[in-house]
Amino acid sequence: MITITDLYKSYPAQNARAQTVHAVNGVDLHVKEGEIFGVVGASGAGKSTLIRCVNLLERPTSGTITIDGQDLTKLSDAELRHARQGIGMIFQHFNLLSSRTVKQNVEFGLEIMGMSRAARAARAEEILDLVGLADRSSAYPSQLSGGQKQRVGIARALAGNPKVLLSDEATSALDPQTTDSILQLLKDLNRKLGLTILLITHEMEVVKRICDSVGLIDEGRIVESGSVIDLLNTPGSRVAHALFPLGEGTGSPGNTTIEIMFAGDVVERPVVSMLSRDYKLDISILGAAVETIGDRRVGRLRLELPGNIEANAAPVARLRESGLFLEVLTPAEVVAQ
Amino acid sequence: MIFDWNTMVPVLGLAIIQTFQMVGLSLVFTILFGLPVGILLVATDRGGVFETPYGSKRLGAALHSTLGFIVNVGRSLPFIILMVALIPLTRLIAGTSIGVVAAVVPLSVAAIPFFARLVEIALREVDSGLIEAAKSLGATRATIIRKVLVPEALPAIVLGLSTSVISLINYSAMAGIIGAGGIGDIAFRFGYQRFDDAYMITTIVLLVVIVQAIQSLGSWSAKRLSHR
Repeated sequence: MITITDLYKSYPAQNARAQTVHAVNGVDLHVKEGEIFGVVGASGAGKSTLIRCVNLLERPTSGTITIDGQDLTKLSDAELRHARQGIGMIFQHFNLLSSRTVKQNVEFGLEIMGMSRAARAARAEEILDLVGLADRSSAYPSQLSGGQKQRVGIARALAGNPKVLLSDEATSALDPQTTDSILQLLKDLNRKLGLTILLITHEMEVVKRICDSVGLIDEGRIVESGSVIDLLNTPGSRVAHALFPLGEGTGSPGNTTIEIMFAGDVVERPVVSMLSRDYKLDISILGAAVETIGDRRVGRLRLELPGNIEANAAPVARLRESGLFLEVLTPAEVVAQ
Repeated sequence: MIFDWNTMVPVLGLAIIQTFQMVGLSLVFTILFGLPVGILLVATDRGGVFETPYGSKRLGAALHSTLGFIVNVGRSLPFIILMVALIPLTRLIAGTSIGVVAAVVPLSVAAIPFFARLVEIALREVDSGLIEAAKSLGATRATIIRKVLVPEALPAIVLGLSTSVISLINYSAMAGIIGAGGIGDIAFRFGYQRFDDAYMITTIVLLVVIVQAIQSLGSWSAKRLSHR
């Protein structure tokens, strides 16, 4: 649905002593239809510039942005404005018009599309109902809470029936509970409307809660990307480690430290007791985390088995056979994390 | 000091009407020209919606600095000098250089750049995020100005407008020089030149009351318009 190819965005130096800033430095990204794709990264990593390039609020220095088969970078101004009507966007600070009521804010995009007054009113009512704000339609934004403001932002972005929604840190200004309810709303809309969502965030929690796929951005480059489940099962994945921090617990020298990643019904299987029973092992649990990601239960477990890796070949093979993704860590690797 | 209302009321009544005529008419032109100039000052600036009219960054920059220069010239001359200097222009536009209508020309020329700067300040206060949101919805530049910038800045623009009206009243006091009459003219001719303190005090009280009323009206409207 969204394909970004070889995207660069740099800001020329403002004076002789300053350096050119390369905010986005060769990004390739593909967002499939109907999925929620999260781009995570620290502040300054280029994620904000990246998402603003997607609907050309920032014009990329080079590269292409294709949405629904249309290369936006090749469009004229008028064509681009028309294309933007099919791409909703929501913002960290909501960006609602203070001079308009909730309903008038939602109607704004429809006015731009040239919809008649009656059709606008009907559509605004419908979409406000969908985001759960039907009873606040004549309130002004200043009378709303942060979560309600973001719901208005979402309603405004979706009023024109876009296929794609861009979310620029939409929950970063909200408290944890409100964040939860907004994420739930986005997930519902994604399912109900088949909406493709590209979001950027610095919160791993957002990825954990709603993302199907994720890309990790660092210094303007996507350094890791794929479906969340696949990344969790990829040895050494930075995303997986960030999603499931296991702490610093390391095994003793001479013993074997392994990390197990499990997803789906494997979670329910008594792995540890099976090992200790069948192989008579004294297992230490160095770290563990189990979470629900998307709809799946996913966990990570770091275990210490007595003896070196040769001594533990049999139990490790047994674990691998049972469908678990397993990684044997050398002591140095454990320390590095 | 004698307050002889029988003679004072007709004199002051006419003066009030003249002041209101001058200020009212000038105000129409001030809004008509000052608002677009203020909008253009913001829109053609760096990062403005008309930064590159017809795709030319140079044209935008040229427009911006030219407008800024004209506005500064208009604001740097004391009104009394501006009024005299503009007499040929006034004759060209109004057909005469004396009277109420003639006074409207210099009054407007003085108030337009003043109001334009106040509009500029008001528009710059609008959060750039709102413009971005409008762009993301596919808004044209004209829509952004008409439906985002101006409505969002309207409370501040209204406050600027009341400040401009008060300045116009201030300037109009000097319009007596070109025979336009008005409250200031009465204060000068009767109050000062004839040493008639009754006229002096009455005109001062009148001016204070009028200015207070306009400021209150402006503040009240701005408050009503603001939903922040």
